[in-house]
Amino acid sequence: MTDAASNTGEQLMIELRDMNKWYGEFHVLKNINLKVKKGERIVICGPSGSGKSTMIRCINRLEEHQRGDIIVNGVPLTHDIKNIETIRKDVGMVFQHFNLFPHLTVLENCVLAPIWVKKIPRKEAEATAMKYLERVKIPEQAKKYPGQLSGGQQQRVAIARSLCMNPDVMLFDEPTSALDPEMIKEVLDVMIELAQEGMTMLCVTHEMGFAKTVADRVIFMADGQIVEENEPHEFFNNPQHERTKLFLSQIIDH
Amino acid sequence: MKYELQPTLPPPANTIGVIGWARKHLFNGPLNSIATLFLAWLAFTLLTPLFDWAFFSADWAGTTREDCTSGGACWVFVGQRIEQFLYGFYPREETWRLDLSFFLMLALILWLAIPKIPAKGIAAVLTLVVFPVVAFFLLTGGAFGLEAVDTHQWGGLSLTLVLAVVGMVASLPLGILLALGRRSEMPIVKSLSVVYIEVWRGVPLITVLFMASVMLPLFFPEGMSFDKLLRALIGITLFQTAYMAEVVRGGLQAIPKGQYEAADSLGLGYWQKMILIILPQALKMMIPGVVNTFIALFKDTSLVLIIGLFDLLAIVQAATNDPKWIGYATEGYVFVALVFWIFCFSMSRYSQYLEKRLQTGHGNRA
Repeated sequence: MTDAASNTGEQLMIELRDMNKWYGEFHVLKNINLKVKKGERIVICGPSGSGKSTMIRCINRLEEHQRGDIIVNGVPLTHDIKNIETIRKDVGMVFQHFNLFPHLTVLENCVLAPIWVKKIPRKEAEATAMKYLERVKIPEQAKKYPGQLSGGQQQRVAIARSLCMNPDVMLFDEPTSALDPEMIKEVLDVMIELAQEGMTMLCVTHEMGFAKTVADRVIFMADGQIVEENEPHEFFNNPQHERTKLFLSQIIDH
Repeated sequence: MKYELQPTLPPPANTIGVIGWARKHLFNGPLNSIATLFLAWLAFTLLTPLFDWAFFSADWAGTTREDCTSGGACWVFVGQRIEQFLYGFYPREETWRLDLSFFLMLALILWLAIPKIPAKGIAAVLTLVVFPVVAFFLLTGGAFGLEAVDTHQWGGLSLTLVLAVVGMVASLPLGILLALGRRSEMPIVKSLSVVYIEVWRGVPLITVLFMASVMLPLFFPEGMSFDKLLRALIGITLFQTAYMAEVVRGGLQAIPKGQYEAADSLGLGYWQKMILIILPQALKMMIPGVVNTFIALFKDTSLVLIIGLFDLLAIVQAATNDPKWIGYATEGYVFVALVFWIFCFSMSRYSQYLEKRLQTGHGNRA
C-alpha cells in the first residue's frame, strides 16, 4: 500500500482514522484509514457489498460510524450537530438516483440550499445557479421540473445543485449506475471537466475509463476493508492482491 | 420490394360515437345486454316514485300544513323553518353577522381555490390570521358596538359550519406536528406522540364529547366555567388531530429516503428539510386522505346533539317534534342529508381537481 498523502505538507481535506461501522451485528467497515489531500481525485471501486458507498456516506454523516475518527477540512465529525452542519456545507454529494426535488424547478433545486443554508440573496444565488447550469450544459432547462428531463440531464442538474453550495469536496456515489448507456458519457464529461478544474473528488464508480483519465489514486475495497490503493496505471496494469486481480478480470473481460 | 405509404382510413362507423360507445360498454355480449336492460328497468321503477314524491307532486308554496294536500313531499315545512335551520336561536336582527362571516369565508376560499386570482400569499394570511379574528368578533359580539350573542343561542347550519371549520383548520397543523413527532428520532417525543394518537383513536367521538362536557369541568377550579361550545370544539379537534396525524404519517412514509438524504447532504436543518422538501411533496400525496378526514369530520359534527348543542341535524329533529308539523320528519331529514351532501361532495370534487392540477409536469422519475 502506498500512502500518497502522508509524506507531504499539503493540506488534508479528509482524514479517516481507524474508522469502523456496524449495521447492528454486521461489521460493514473495518479499520478504514484514508487521507485525501486538497485537489486529489480518488476513485473507489470494489464488488457490491464491499462497503464503498457506506464509506463515503459516512463522510457527510448520512451514515453514522461507531469507532475511529473522521476529520473533514479540519472539523471532526462527532454527534455535535454544529460540526455535522459545517461539514455538510463544505461537502457536496451526488447520488446514484439523482434525488432531485421533484416539486421544484431545476433552478429552484439549485438555489434552495444557498438561500436557506448560506443565506445568500436570491438574485445572487440565481446568478450562481445559472453559471453552474451553463457549466453542466443545460441552462435552457432551468424552468423545467426534474420529471421532464432525461436521466443524464437530471444527474447533471444534481451536480450543478451540489456545486451551487461551493463545496470543497465532492462525493459521487455511483453517479452513472442508474443511467441508460447513451447518457453515461454526458455525465462523465461533466465530471472530468470538474476534476480538471482541481475539485477534490471521491468517486465510487465502475467507470474504469474515468478512473484512468482523471484519478490520482484508485482504491479497491472488499469485505469492508481497503484492500489496495495505487495510482491508476499501476493499479490496472500491476495489481498486487489476488482479490483485486479477480475483480479487474471480471469487470474488464467483457 | 417497393415501399408505399398507406392512406389513413377512418374507423368503422359502428365503433365510434354514441352507438359505438353503447355497443362497447352496454351491449357487449348477451349477458351484459340483459344486465343493462334489467338495471335500466330497476332504476326506472325505483326512481320514478322518488322523483314524483320529491318534485312533481310535492308542495312548495304555503305557510301551514294545511297547504300540503297533494300527498307528495311537504317542502313548506322546510321553507317555514329555514331561518331556524340556518341560524339556530341567533337573534334574527343579528343574523347578518352570520351571513357576512359565511360570505367572507366563501370569498376567501374562492380566492385561494381559483388559480387565476393572484396574490395567494395575501389570501392565505387573510384566511388563517385575519378571518378567524374577524369571524370571532362577528359571531360572539360584545365589542365594536356589536351586541353580545351567547354561544347557547348558536345553532343550525351556522353552528355545524363553525364546528367543522374550526375542527379542520386546527386539526391539520396539529396533526402534522404530531405525525412529525411520531417519526421523530427523539424517544420521548416519539412515545408521547404514539400514546396520544393511539389513545384518541381508540375512543369513540361520542365518548370524547361526553367527557368534554361532563368530565372536563371537574379538572378546572371552582367557579371557572368553560363554554359548552368551546369544550365541544376542543374535544373534536383533539380527536380529529389523531386521525389527521395518521394520514400525514402515511404521506411522509411515501416520500423516498433519497429526498431526506439529498436535503441532509445540502446542509438543510430539520425544519428547513421538512417545510421546504418533505411536507410539500407529502401534502400533495395526502390530499385524498386529508379530504376524506375532513368529510368524516364534517359529518361527525352532528354528534354534538348528544351534549345539547343544536347543530343542523339537532335543530331539524327538534322542529319535526313541533305539533304543528308532526308527520313531516322525512322532509326534514332529506333536507339535512341534502345539505350535508352538498358540502361533502363539493370538498370531494375540489380535492379531485386539486390532485389533477398538482400532478401536471411533476412526475418523479428518479
